Parts: sequence; C-alpha cells; structure tokens
Amino acid sequence: MSARFDEKDIGKRVEAIAKRGDGVEPEQILEVVESVMASIDGDLSTVNLKFYAEIESLAKFIENLKLELAAVRPDEINDEHLPAAADELEAIVGATEQATNTIFEAVEAIEELTAKMNKKVAPKVSDAVTRVYEACGFQDITGQRITKVVTALKHIENKVEALLAAFGEEIRQLPGQERPDNPEPPDGSVMHGPQLERDANSQDDIDAILAGLD
Amino acid sequence: MSAIDMKTPILIVDDYKTMLRIIRNLLKQLGFDNVDEATDGSTALQKLREKAYGLVISDWNMEPMTGLELLKEVRADTQLKELPFIMITAESKSENVVAAKQAGVSNYIVKPFNADTLKTKLTAVVGDF
Repeated sequence: MSARFDEKDIGKRVEAIAKRGDGVEPEQILEVVESVMASIDGDLSTVNLKFYAEIESLAKFIENLKLELAAVRPDEINDEHLPAAADELEAIVGATEQATNTIFEAVEAIEELTAKMNKKVAPKVSDAVTRVYEACGFQDITGQRITKVVTALKHIENKVEALLAAFGEEIRQLPGQERPDNPEPPDGSVMHGPQLERDANSQDDIDAILAGLD
Repeated sequence: MSAIDMKTPILIVDDYKTMLRIIRNLLKQLGFDNVDEATDGSTALQKLREKAYGLVISDWNMEPMTGLELLKEVRADTQLKELPFIMITAESKSENVVAAKQAGVSNYIVKPFNADTLKTKLTAVVGDF
C-alpha cells in the first residue's frame, strides 16, 4: 500500500457517511473512492481499477437519475396535479348526484300527475318514468368507478411520496424544468373548463365584477 | 319461498342515496310502499332486529359493514336466518356471486338493472304478488 494513503482521513469520511441518517450522497461516495484511488493508484491491479471505475460509474448514474427525477418534478405531481385530479373527480360525483336528484324530483312530480291523466296516457307516462328511474342508476355506477380511480390516484400519490422520502428534500431543490407561473394549455387556448366550487366565482360574484367595471 | 303482500315491510340498504331512491320508486311502482332504508350493513342489522321485515334488498359495497357481512349476520341470527335476502350490486365477478350464494343469498341482481329484472327476482324469492 502506498505511503500516501491517509487511512485516518478516509476512515473519518466513511464514518461521517455511516452516521448520516438520511441516506448517502453519491458525491460523498465518489469523493471517498477518488481519494482512495488517488492515494493507492500505484498498488492497484487491473481488476481493482475496473471495480473502482464501476463504482464511480454507478455513483454518476445515481446522480443523473436524481437529476432526471427532479426534472419530472415529483413534488409538483404530488403537491398539485394528483390532488387536483382527485378534486375534479370528486366534483364530478357531487355534480352528477345533484343533477340526478333534480331529475328525480321532476320525475316524481310527473309520476304524481299520472293519477290525474286519462287511462290511455297514464300508463305510457308511467313507463317513461320507470325508464328514467332505471337510467338514473348511472350515477351509482359512475360514482363507484370514479371512486376506484381516486383510490388509484391515491396509490400513485403514496408511491411518489415514498420516492420523495427516499431522496429527501434534495430532489425538491435540484433544478427541475422551469415552470411558468401561468402555464398555457398545450392547445394554446386560455380556457380552464368548469372550476371547483371553492375556486369558482358565483353568478353573484360575476355580476359584482361586471358592475365594478361599469 | 315466503310470500309477502304489498304491506309487508321491506328494508333496502345502499350507501348511495340515489340508488335507495331508485329502488324505493321501483318498489312503489310494483305496489310496495312500506319501505325502510339503511345506508350501511350495521345500521340495517340494527333495524332488522328491531322490526319484523319480510324482505331485505341490499347493496354489497358499504362501510363499515358490507352487504355480504350483513347477509352472514342475518343467516347466523336464529330470529332472522329465514329472511329473504336479495343482493343488488355492481360486483358481477363469478367469485362474488359464489361467495354470496355460499353465504345464503336468496337472489342476486347486477347493477345497472331495470324494473323487469327487479320484479322477476322478487317473484322468484317471495312468490307472486
């Protein structure tokens, strides 16, 4: 072994790495490996050199992987996109339920009136009412399907959260793809579609805005 | 087969209020107007122990007690074990149907269903009405 090998210094670095509770930085591994290689290069066999080159390459691979993951912005996926998607789906369930109840009220009123209709018309109206009741079952079925999708989204959210936990806060701080403050939709339009109730302006709000502009 | 008449109390169980309303309205069209509702299995079981019902029509997917668990409780209860029990559910996999049958379900309706299916299954379970 070369006299330049500072065993004490390397030992301290390895100890410091071992003490880290939140994972090992690839740079730290690389640094130690380079330090060892620099100090004992005269003593290394070809096999050892290949081995150390592999470790170095592995460290670089991990570093690149982290950069690629940061570019995908997993923090943004978990903090914004997945919760927003779940909210939109839950809003669909709420809106269809509300609409279905309105349909029910209207149809029940029609059904009440069948007692006052003539005997030729009443059965036909009653049959039509039955078909509306049957069709309203869509709300139950779509509700169950959407609940399944929301569960799947939550599963994805947990997986992304685990990924973020594995890489720690570091991945949030790596330079990801820059995001504009108000991203334009891909088709270039500026429409945002129906908003969730908590974010939307009511007709009264709109009227007030318009009145304020007069 | 246990015959029921139009005044026989029927308990319908579903966690979707829309579905309760659909079943209630379809039963009403068939002439049954003595219908009570529950939104989960445990509430339904409590109602079944408090009042003499002639038929239970229950969904499967509910919390905290599912329709299948409710069915098993009913079949395990000496006072309720003969009660006609129809499962109405979106669970159409064979294993679900088999599990319900093994638990003692009287009949099984897959959602979405229509008034004719409900009438046919009711007749199969409780006879002509």
